Amino acid sequence: MTLPARLHDIKREIEGYARTFGLDFYDVIFEVITYDEMNMVAAYGGFPNRYPHWRWGMEYDQLSKGYEYGLSKIYELVINNDPCYAYLMESNMDVDQKIVMAHVYGHCDFFKNNFAFQATNRKMMDEMANHATRVRRIIDKLGVEKVEDFIDRCLSLENLIDQHAPYIKRTATPTPDNEVPQEAHGFKNDREYMQQFINPQAFLDQQRRKLETERTRAKKFPEHPERDVLHFILKHAPLERWEFDIVSMLREEAYYFAPQGQTKIMNEGWASFWHSTIMTTRALRDDEIIDYADHHAGTMGSRPGALNPYKLGIELYRDIEDRWNKGRFGKEYDECDDLRARRNWDQKLGLGRQKIFEVRKHYNDVTFIDEFLTIDFAMEQKLFVYEFNEKGNRWEIATREFAKVKQKLLQQLTNFGQPIIEVVDGNFENRGEMLIGHKHDGVDLRPDYAKDTLKNLTSLWRRPVNLVTHRDGKGIMLRFDGKEHSEKKVDL
Amino acid sequence: MPLKIRQDHNRFREIVRGRIKDNLKKYIQKGEMIGKRGKDTISIPLPTIDIPHFSFGHQEQGGVGQGEGEPGTVLGPGQVEPGQGQAGEGEGEHQLEVDLSLDELAAILGEELSLPHIEPKGQKQIENYKVRYTGINTTGPESLRHFKRTYKQALRRQISSGTYDPSNPVIIPTKADRRYRTWKLTPQPESAAVIVYMMDVSGSMGDEQKEIVRVESFWIDTWLRSQYKGLESRYIIHDAVAREVDRETFFHTRESGGTMISSAYRLCHEIMDADYDHSNWNIYPFHFSDGDNWSADDTRTCVEILKNDLLPRVNQFAYGQVESPYGSGQFIKDLREAFDGSERVALSEIADKDAIYGSIKDFLGKGK
Repeated sequence: MTLPARLHDIKREIEGYARTFGLDFYDVIFEVITYDEMNMVAAYGGFPNRYPHWRWGMEYDQLSKGYEYGLSKIYELVINNDPCYAYLMESNMDVDQKIVMAHVYGHCDFFKNNFAFQATNRKMMDEMANHATRVRRIIDKLGVEKVEDFIDRCLSLENLIDQHAPYIKRTATPTPDNEVPQEAHGFKNDREYMQQFINPQAFLDQQRRKLETERTRAKKFPEHPERDVLHFILKHAPLERWEFDIVSMLREEAYYFAPQGQTKIMNEGWASFWHSTIMTTRALRDDEIIDYADHHAGTMGSRPGALNPYKLGIELYRDIEDRWNKGRFGKEYDECDDLRARRNWDQKLGLGRQKIFEVRKHYNDVTFIDEFLTIDFAMEQKLFVYEFNEKGNRWEIATREFAKVKQKLLQQLTNFGQPIIEVVDGNFENRGEMLIGHKHDGVDLRPDYAKDTLKNLTSLWRRPVNLVTHRDGKGIMLRFDGKEHSEKKVDL
Repeated sequence: MPLKIRQDHNRFREIVRGRIKDNLKKYIQKGEMIGKRGKDTISIPLPTIDIPHFSFGHQEQGGVGQGEGEPGTVLGPGQVEPGQGQAGEGEGEHQLEVDLSLDELAAILGEELSLPHIEPKGQKQIENYKVRYTGINTTGPESLRHFKRTYKQALRRQISSGTYDPSNPVIIPTKADRRYRTWKLTPQPESAAVIVYMMDVSGSMGDEQKEIVRVESFWIDTWLRSQYKGLESRYIIHDAVAREVDRETFFHTRESGGTMISSAYRLCHEIMDADYDHSNWNIYPFHFSDGDNWSADDTRTCVEILKNDLLPRVNQFAYGQVESPYGSGQFIKDLREAFDGSERVALSEIADKDAIYGSIKDFLGKGK
């Protein structure tokens, strides 16, 4: 449905404000849809055209139940695409539509400028539709059950991608130049009498040893541990054509969504910052103030056990803006221990706006929290760590100690809160088996799920798969050979 | 226009109901959403299927939260959501389960259940007609006019009579061109059936056992009523003596005494004799007890009554036995001995509340 004239005017107004504030975005196409369509599109992850799968039905079930019982409501839905697509709910009040539009322009600016999104496909709308068609065609040929079961298994492996792959080139293309030389020659030397000074025997021996290890590593497969397990499977597993097609589509979609997972706090915070700024300084009319306040408070509300990314994000941006306006950063400020001086610290720098635009470009959630979450901020926002009390069988506040709060938060965000898994050996024990390793950072894997995932991985690899991880502080290797699970202790 | 997602949604619901994709069964989690209805908080069942990943156990993980409280402060139910979460609300007060709507439940059960061995019987046999629009006629009420066919007919006439002008393609139907939908009546056979519920309310049946029996017979009753028109139900409760009661009393009474199962069977027989001639009625007695009868003699009498009086006339006799800490549970063994292999006798043991659904399936499951 195209935008009615009334909303069109609002759009023009809000877009104008957004541009004067310096937001930079692709064109935004707003569509007005009913609540049911909204639930559907949201269930599809924002794209109106996805391949058939029960998982969307599950999302839809939750969203529509939540809406029907008046518990939750989706106001806004925006897609990282060029042009950006955003959906408005038909039944919302005009003031809500204003907030949503202002919020959406914030997101679009973020999509366009944040570094994490630079490698995403900006024509994903079309791509997703193509994926849907391809999967449907495969289903027509092979039947729903078979294809859906395969997709289920792939989804179980969906998070086994390299979250940072779009920004780092990990494997250099082999050229004659960087091929491992056969012999150690030492540094170039055309004066023979200098040889023992430029290339002493000890140095040459060391070079030789280094070359040897290089050469043995070259025989390993993969040469370096590979975090993009799906890519490894695509490259080396004996998949059928249609299976290959599906794995590659799901992998592409996983990479498309990954940056949104990595910047949830920043992205929502940024959009909230701008809807709040645009509304309170420009767009709000007197008679809308109550509804605006109600809506905004609803978005920012939090309960003790669940951190609200909207709230955390907006507060951090505000804090940064304030600190850079007043010059509350750098050595001098950090080292000042006069409480009164700190409280009244104001160098009238006015760098705040500039700083937050910079931050939205160069950070993701992990680096954002790491750099800008200060002890003052944590205290002001009353952050705490909670833990499960086994004895009392309940969740409790564990501590408010700043270092622990920050550490926990970062740990939750690193690798998107997922364990880091990598392919260590694709020809384990020279039997064509796969060996994958879990980089253990203090938290064990959920054992039953690990086993089932291993099974799914085996079904794609077609040969036994082994997983090395920790359990209760000891090294352990889980194995699935296509029929049954086994495990043995290993030394790490 | 139906939404595209219906297909996915139906598929999801079928998985949750266990009809397709058994391999996902173990990943179904009984979630809930906490809502408000008036003053009460209610819990809305929200099943989800969690595809396994390499992931951390949440319990070990803990997380970061925001708000008041000292270390050691307990976070209430519904407040903790490890990982990141959306804002939400919800307080842990007394909660009520939202019932599935009866229609929804009947639909779920209907896919799997039916009255076994049901036969067309009685004078009420053909009573219902179903209307189906199948044909086309040249006469009929205007409301049933078939526009497309009428148009085609007129077009055909105009072309054949040469009055059709392609540059000005106006079609004017005459009365003779009009076509109407016609319907056919398909008879829907309706079977006369009576369900006799018998329940043991003796002292050996604890509150929990009675509850289970009530729940099970309630659902059987509810479901059958929604599925079969013209269904009659009779209710008998017994301890040492049996008496017939109305539906309300049956589901709410609390009594206690000794147990003479034969008394119930005898009464059932009397009711059948008086009101339900088996050549005109499909008869389904259901009996629930903890399997603890007064004496072996009485059990023998029961078997006699069943063999001679009940079984020859009924379509199926169903006996459900609840597990009880007091009862010996002997009765079902005796029945099994006496009627093993008889397809007219359905026996089921109900261990606990979770087993109710399975037990209903034992009685009414399709494909028997």
